[in-house]
Amino acid sequence: MDTYDVIVIGGGHAGCEAAAASARLGASTLLLTHKIETIGEMSCNPAIGGLAKGHLVREIDALDGVMGRVIDRGGIQFRVLNKSRGPAVRGPRAQADRKLYREAMQDELRGQENLSIRAGAVEDLKFGADGAVSGVVLLDGAEISCGRVILTTGTFLRGEIHIGEERHPAGRVGEAPCLGLSQTLDKAGFALGRLKTGTPPRLDGRTIDWQSLVEQRGDAVPIPFSFMTKAITTPQINCHITGTTQAGHDIIRANLDRAPMYSGQIEGTGPRYCPSIEDKVVRFADKERHQIFLEPEGLDDDTVYPNGISTSLPEDVQLAFLKTIPGLEAARVIRPGYAIEYDYVDPRELRATLETRKIPGLYFAGQINGTTGYEEAAAQGLMAGLNAALASGGGEPFVLDRADAYIGVLIDDLISRGTSEPYRMFTSRAEYRLQLRADNADQRLTPKGIAVGCVSSARSVRFEEKAKALRSARDQLSNLTAAPKSLTDLGMVVTQDGKRRTGTRLLAYPEITMDRLSALWPELGELRQDVVEQMEIEARYATYLERQNADIEAFRRDEALEIPPDLDLDMVGGLSNEVREKLKVARPASFGAAARISGVTPAALTALLRYVRRREQAAV
Amino acid sequence: MTQLISSKDEVSLVVFAPLSNFGGMRDDTIFAPSSGGGTAGVAVIRISGPESGDILKSLSGETLPVPRYATRASLRDPDSGEALDDGLVLWFPGPASFTGEDVAEFHIHGGRATIEAVSTALSGFNSCRLAEPGEFSRRAFDNEKLDLAEIEGLADLIAAETEAQRKQALRQLSGGISEIYENWRTALLRLLAHAEAAIDFPEEDLPDSLLYDTKHNILSILENITQYIGDDRRGERLRDGFQITIAGPPNAGKSSLLNELAQRDVAIVSEHAGTTRDVIEVRLDLGGYPVTIADTAGMRSTTESIEAEGVRRAKDRADTSDLTIFVVDASIQAANSKILAMVRPGDIVAYNKSDLLEASAPIPEIRDVETIAVSVKTGAELDKLIGSVTERVGLALSDSAGPPPLTRLRHREALEDCQSALARALNALEVELMAEDLRLAARALGRITGRVDVEDILDVIFGEFCIGK
Repeated sequence: MDTYDVIVIGGGHAGCEAAAASARLGASTLLLTHKIETIGEMSCNPAIGGLAKGHLVREIDALDGVMGRVIDRGGIQFRVLNKSRGPAVRGPRAQADRKLYREAMQDELRGQENLSIRAGAVEDLKFGADGAVSGVVLLDGAEISCGRVILTTGTFLRGEIHIGEERHPAGRVGEAPCLGLSQTLDKAGFALGRLKTGTPPRLDGRTIDWQSLVEQRGDAVPIPFSFMTKAITTPQINCHITGTTQAGHDIIRANLDRAPMYSGQIEGTGPRYCPSIEDKVVRFADKERHQIFLEPEGLDDDTVYPNGISTSLPEDVQLAFLKTIPGLEAARVIRPGYAIEYDYVDPRELRATLETRKIPGLYFAGQINGTTGYEEAAAQGLMAGLNAALASGGGEPFVLDRADAYIGVLIDDLISRGTSEPYRMFTSRAEYRLQLRADNADQRLTPKGIAVGCVSSARSVRFEEKAKALRSARDQLSNLTAAPKSLTDLGMVVTQDGKRRTGTRLLAYPEITMDRLSALWPELGELRQDVVEQMEIEARYATYLERQNADIEAFRRDEALEIPPDLDLDMVGGLSNEVREKLKVARPASFGAAARISGVTPAALTALLRYVRRREQAAV
Repeated sequence: MTQLISSKDEVSLVVFAPLSNFGGMRDDTIFAPSSGGGTAGVAVIRISGPESGDILKSLSGETLPVPRYATRASLRDPDSGEALDDGLVLWFPGPASFTGEDVAEFHIHGGRATIEAVSTALSGFNSCRLAEPGEFSRRAFDNEKLDLAEIEGLADLIAAETEAQRKQALRQLSGGISEIYENWRTALLRLLAHAEAAIDFPEEDLPDSLLYDTKHNILSILENITQYIGDDRRGERLRDGFQITIAGPPNAGKSSLLNELAQRDVAIVSEHAGTTRDVIEVRLDLGGYPVTIADTAGMRSTTESIEAEGVRRAKDRADTSDLTIFVVDASIQAANSKILAMVRPGDIVAYNKSDLLEASAPIPEIRDVETIAVSVKTGAELDKLIGSVTERVGLALSDSAGPPPLTRLRHREALEDCQSALARALNALEVELMAEDLRLAARALGRITGRVDVEDILDVIFGEFCIGK
């Protein structure tokens, strides 16, 4: 019988990242998926990144994950969102050619040492005498043994597709769902919930009246996601913008009784931020137009993804509705939109390593944990892969906290608060947003990746070069000083107090750039462009970052206050039953984590703290 | 997205209950005599907790009384069957009770022995114990029947000595103050959500005026808060008492004036020695307002160290009080110049011993200071002096106009934090920096009553904007 350290079930965005991460750390890894051809498939919109999601991709890349490199090869329109806003909230985004993306992903995985890929449907898990995972059983009865299993089943757990009154079991269009695994998890006592997500109809680009629509171009110079990509070489395309009309809204309103979301046919909770068009029309009745982005799915593919009108209305209603949209009057539908309902596990069952508390050696990543989005899935896959491999080798867990990375925010939110709707990352979820920028993901995370051993030597070398350049530029700038007089001569507005100012201090003035400073100190003109940019950003946020650093210290103090895992919560006085139950479900590892659970009041924390302190004293 | 174990939160919780005393499980049932000490016609003993219903039945009869109706019952010791008292019982099933738990009240005769006998019977139950100080309120807070500001209001109401204090505390207890803070916080959360929507959904066609409106609204909240905390500490003074100092040279009649005040139109609420042996304090109810009057050591130049210390304290006291009444001897005007140099605008100078002056002799006028010729000995013009003081206290503490006042330093500090964060938000060059300070501002208000959570913000974003991409 074959034996692996780590088996990853599922070849979506979480599975790919998990398999690659585990193999990078040297664990013998097997990726098991229904179909090898669909590895790296983009089942929903053909795009990677965006606000907060782009941050996640940069962080994945900083730990040498695959997503950034793959989208750099498959991207056909790169755009930095929020370019008019500050650097902390700029998000890189790219439209992908679905086929190029898939191929690049499969290419990456095939080239990965220690990683085997095999087609097969997993029907059940095997457990050892100690209750830990010991292997998997395939549909054909074959068994493969292993020490760790990472489950990344996406929407396949008891997946069911809805189009109007029609419904049928499926993982996604044209693929069978996993039923056996769902039962296994049910039997093991995992709390399963039901979520829903949707997708719009796909259109034939040749039947769209492009001339009548507003064009949306990408950035003139596409900026890559990966630290390792020098330049984007894939040809670039444009998207187009249109919008719904009152006539279309009327059609939807007239057919609401046939919409599964409204007829009661769907029980799962959908995301608030990715509502179906029927949801938008109902909830925002007075809005006259909803924007639609027409996104080509590939360079040699006529399929167009109309972003903004996901729907599960019956096919005839979808057709009638599309005819009311400018530019789409004659559009042919390749595939109708649909909603899909699927099982997810309450992520409060998980540890920060994404290992389940119930079954040692079993890890969950991606939509199974209640998230939505390729980037959220990949981030979890990466962390589950790293931790499964580390555990196999007897290493310490690799955990990022809320002040380290968006990845830390994502996992902490999931395991301490759980989620009742598909969870999506936003920059507003990150309290240390000004620190956690897309531009410094490498500075924040690559050193950690090097320490844990998941970063290639090529990246280490390139990272060290930049880090060194950055250090010496910072030193240089802090040692350069100028008198007010010479600054005024160059048109900079400073108080004539006779005091010399350092370059670092000057750069913090909103109107002073490195460019202007190099008029004074020509040697600054020699600095690397990426170093210059990062220094300007740091200077711009300096006072806020200082204030936030104080906050982070307080946060880390709370995180360091551990709550013993064996604490009997029934013995803690002064807790309301509601708070007690919430703590029992999430089992926070620290007081910081306990404080983030909704409904846990400062009073409850104080009672808990007192109990833990007294117990510690009694133990001495 | 909250940081909750801040030291301020912990401190604020300690104000109403000594946490260190709560040892047992929350499943305890607690009891305590809830009426004041001393003999009275009726005493009330209150019990709260899961066993309240069973205990009530064991003492008063087979069945529970109709909820929230007074029912006459004879109370018996559950073990011996001996009669304890004949009184009224009330039954408040949770969660519609003060603590949110099952609560019962025994209204019994107020003698000490009766209270003692019923208390003993209650302690006889295994699951029932005497409540710790503040524990009923603490349970009400834990069960979200009262928020932090309301709890503080309750504590103030119980401690209220005068009519104006009672009104203020009642307003705080009934949520009047929490409502103001919550309204601001809700408004700030909305503004924050607007800023966050602009950041996180750049592709959506959000209204163009969003950020302009946001700044406009920040300004208006900032103005409201500034106005609110610029109240000259009215609420805190009402809570703590209006401070009046009587100062002046020795033998000018300061102590006589204090005695006179204490015996005339005002009632002495309590009398206790001052914190120093040189300052005597009397707490008075002046027209419904709490007033603390301090009589200080006589002021004169001296070389003797003990007396010099007394003079220094008298000066300090005069400097920190809300009103100083300088009492000088009208008959020896030459000696007063040094003292009168210390008078501040708004003070009162009482020229005592007017009976020793010639009837028409004028007293010196001082700019921005009220001067009154009085005679403590004959009582001449004393009513005018008292009237003038009462009017000033009333003006300073009355809340006939405007919102309910700030009552605690804790609230003021949180509001000041909020104020400076809002001022920074207004001047922020980038929307993410504005959001940063709005978050701090909302968090500062949240410290007074509750908390700020990222989900609150997302709720607003998705409730108000159509966000799809």
